Amino acid sequence: MFLKLVPRAEHSRKMAYLSPLLAGVLTLVTGGIFFYLQGHDPLFALKTMLYTPISDTYGLAELCVKTAPILLCAIGLAIVFKAQVWNIGAEGQLLMGGLTASALAVNIIEVEAAWALPVVMLAGIAGGALWALLAAWLKTHFNANEILTTIMFNYIALNLLIFSVHGPLKDPDGYNFPESALFGDASLLPILVEDTRVHAGILFALLAVVIIWVLLARSFIGFQIKVLGLDASAARLAGFKDKKLVWIAMLISGGLAGLAGAGEVAGPLGQLVPQISPGYGYAAIIVAFLGRLHPVGILFASLLMALIYMGGEMAQIELNMPLAITGLFQGMLLFYLLACDVLIGYKIKFPWSGVKTVTSRVEQQ
Amino acid sequence: MDIDLITNILYAMIRTGTPLLIVALGEMVCEKSGVLNLGQEGMMLMGAVAGFIATWLTGSLFFGFLMAIVAGVVMSQLFAMIALGLNANQVATGLALTIFGGGLSAFIGSSFVGKPIDGLEIIAIPFLSDIPVIGKMLFAQDLIVYLSFVLFGIIFWFFRSSRTGLIVKAVGENPHAANAIGLPVLRTRYLAVAFGGAMAGLAGGYLSLAYTPLWAENMTAGRGWIALALVVFASWRTERILLGAYLFGLASILHLVAQGLGFAVSPNLLAMLPYIATVLVLVMMSRNQGRSKMYAPISLGKPFHAGA
Repeated sequence: MFLKLVPRAEHSRKMAYLSPLLAGVLTLVTGGIFFYLQGHDPLFALKTMLYTPISDTYGLAELCVKTAPILLCAIGLAIVFKAQVWNIGAEGQLLMGGLTASALAVNIIEVEAAWALPVVMLAGIAGGALWALLAAWLKTHFNANEILTTIMFNYIALNLLIFSVHGPLKDPDGYNFPESALFGDASLLPILVEDTRVHAGILFALLAVVIIWVLLARSFIGFQIKVLGLDASAARLAGFKDKKLVWIAMLISGGLAGLAGAGEVAGPLGQLVPQISPGYGYAAIIVAFLGRLHPVGILFASLLMALIYMGGEMAQIELNMPLAITGLFQGMLLFYLLACDVLIGYKIKFPWSGVKTVTSRVEQQ
Repeated sequence: MDIDLITNILYAMIRTGTPLLIVALGEMVCEKSGVLNLGQEGMMLMGAVAGFIATWLTGSLFFGFLMAIVAGVVMSQLFAMIALGLNANQVATGLALTIFGGGLSAFIGSSFVGKPIDGLEIIAIPFLSDIPVIGKMLFAQDLIVYLSFVLFGIIFWFFRSSRTGLIVKAVGENPHAANAIGLPVLRTRYLAVAFGGAMAGLAGGYLSLAYTPLWAENMTAGRGWIALALVVFASWRTERILLGAYLFGLASILHLVAQGLGFAVSPNLLAMLPYIATVLVLVMMSRNQGRSKMYAPISLGKPFHAGA
């Protein structure tokens, strides 16, 4: 290797915050080069992707609509990832939330009472939470790797959803389209800003940010979860019930993802359709890392991720690019982030920089 | 159940199990060296799209498979650069590879969706393929299926009898000891990852050039993840990978069996079977914590930094 990695005496806090910014800049530069190679003016293309979508009120409103599910999923992942539990199943938990919320909502279309909406939301939370708990149970009682089980549950949830819209939940008056009936008005999330699609889902997401922040920073449970993630044997030695903590973390994470799903079907969609989510649950993994598993960081990262989704759609319309450009930017961003994160634990020694870094490390010790 | 149905089910079981067998063999070699690459799905997708485009442009299936392998290797080295070169978390890097591979393959393949090519032909071996029941299953397949039998044999021998196989295992069990006696830990791991990438690329190419000769976004449908579970199921043993791959192949074609027997079950419900089977298998194999730890390479997923 022409570059040498020199371990730092302790992890750099500064780099932990700088790394996501650096990764963002590198993604922009690579994206620009990529657009140039495709025959587009790189600056104009990047502006089309990242500024044009939010240059008017409608765009800003759509940003809120898209941020809500991503933020809900990612903030839940912050907790499980802190506990070093690799829940890759936010996508499936979101789908299950949407499915259970819809299963209830289509049965109470005629209900006009105020309890309809809370019950639909709770059904969604329960659906997502149970789906996550299934993986937690397999992990704590059977030692099954949660990465693989949660991924499998994503595929199972997707098939369940498709089965439901073709079967039991299909609208009998829907001309045989694979869609559920439209929800009753009392089951729909209220619109916050007139003439836009901004619904109360974003309020849930912001509330979740505050609650999770308090939970992680101020509560004993949050402390136990963090200890479990840093050193599982220390947590057990301290008498923390590690299995219970895994359950709690998965319960919260799955519940929030389920709420995200319920928010989609009772918000912008208004019914159950096969495509509830363009991979929000997977994008939330990137968001959680990018936001450094910190609620405030995740809030900003969710806005960025929502913008990338909108940018992909804009690039499709304006630049004739395939919609898959969204996934491309997401993957690039995560790769660069992981590469930049090496700077947290290591210094890079260039061949021309001599032995300075080594001596400074010895001095620190 | 008549004999034709059984013959055809066994034939389809091998065909469906083949891509799983190829990826899982590659991932097993990679894991034996101590590297957990969760990016199988991404590498397969890149192999599938690169192979398809290459064949579409040149008309040559050989060139298509070659490009599929190259794409897999290139993707695997991207993983190796970050996970081995920069010591990043292998789980997160593997996930990134899957997300990136999914996005990139969908992007470059978007104008090739739904285009037809002539897939790989079946080569029936005279006489042998006429054996009742197992003849079609073993001797009336395409070249890649035969190649997968050979690859299985080579890897079985590699870990059983070869010196290099021993080095790979040593590096995966105790990299520091291996380093101390002068074995090239990082180089071995880079090569193991590259081999895994080549196999994943080949398996992806098999899907888009032989199994269903077309390109569709995310056409691997979780096979890369199932292969990862297969390695756990197999307790990192080559012969069990073979068994597991074909069992999963069978689980994936049960809807055909159901149709053949006249059952009317929703195809979407039956499509869940391989995933449910994967979960059940993971649960069964992992239940006994001591036993599952015994077979896994001890340093699996742990970064190695010489002198650290």
